[in-house]
Amino acid sequence: MNYQYQIDADRCKGCGLCVAVCPKKVLELSQTNNSKGYFPAYRAREEDCVLCGTCCIMCPDVAITITPIDNASAEK
Amino acid sequence: MARVFQKPKSMTSAHTHYCPGCTHGIVHRLIAETIDELGIQDRTVGIAPVGCAVLAYHYFDCDFQEAAHGRAPAMATGIKRVRPDLLVFTYQGDGDLASIGMGEIIHAANRGEKFTAIFVNNTVYGMTGGQMAPTTMPNQKTTTSPAGRDVTNCGMPIKIAELISALQTPAYVTRQTVIKPKYIIKAKKAIRKAFEYQMAGTCFSLVEIVSTCPTNWGKTPLESIKWTETDLLPYYQLGDCKTPDA
Repeated sequence: MNYQYQIDADRCKGCGLCVAVCPKKVLELSQTNNSKGYFPAYRAREEDCVLCGTCCIMCPDVAITITPIDNASAEK
Repeated sequence: MARVFQKPKSMTSAHTHYCPGCTHGIVHRLIAETIDELGIQDRTVGIAPVGCAVLAYHYFDCDFQEAAHGRAPAMATGIKRVRPDLLVFTYQGDGDLASIGMGEIIHAANRGEKFTAIFVNNTVYGMTGGQMAPTTMPNQKTTTSPAGRDVTNCGMPIKIAELISALQTPAYVTRQTVIKPKYIIKAKKAIRKAFEYQMAGTCFSLVEIVSTCPTNWGKTPLESIKWTETDLLPYYQLGDCKTPDA
């Protein structure tokens, strides 16, 4: 089973709460703004991410999702 | 093992209007997750307050009714008495519940109305521009107390959870916060417990949630969380104030 980690850049308001709670210090705020003018969070060190979901719990805007992707459909 | 995380079904895909770092969104999500877990989306009615959460009906995918300022408990009483099979919750801020709506909440709790009140306490009137609320901390600067809250003039902040739990009527009254993941998990459990008491027809329940308001506090989201931890939590102590079993 694989997982897809996604930050919806347009939902993100760049508050930085996820950046502060990430236990692996994976997240950072982007230098480029989104459609609302906020600077959204992104995974700067993606390889360190263990998909613990702490950022999802903290995010006030439900901008971060972790969805399971089954391998069969991913191969197509 | 990865933790799967998706938007709860009981939340719409609308983007919230809350300021960056405002914890209203977290409380919304916790309620929506609880509604999903209990499978009560089709028979839940929320009562929106007047305050920052006035547009809450845009964000919840369940029935909603807007109440006059502070009158959400009165409206919830009406709905719950006419349709006891529905699950009713009010979502109120501190300007709404602790100030103008103080009479409604006290009497609804005293009558033991079987609904759930979610009380988000961020110590200011958020929507109207950060005026002093009954829950504003001593010496906290707001637009109507620019020199800080003067306790000789305005008294000490009201602890709603303790106030409600002083009533004799059985109730579930608890205070939680959502400033850190560990507290969010506890707050979720408390909200779920409150809904479960309501489903069982046990008692009135009130969940006070100590929240942040970065914009009106004049702080960054992270500074707000720090200030909540150092200044608010010692005064607004977390934990269950009253349980129906006790």
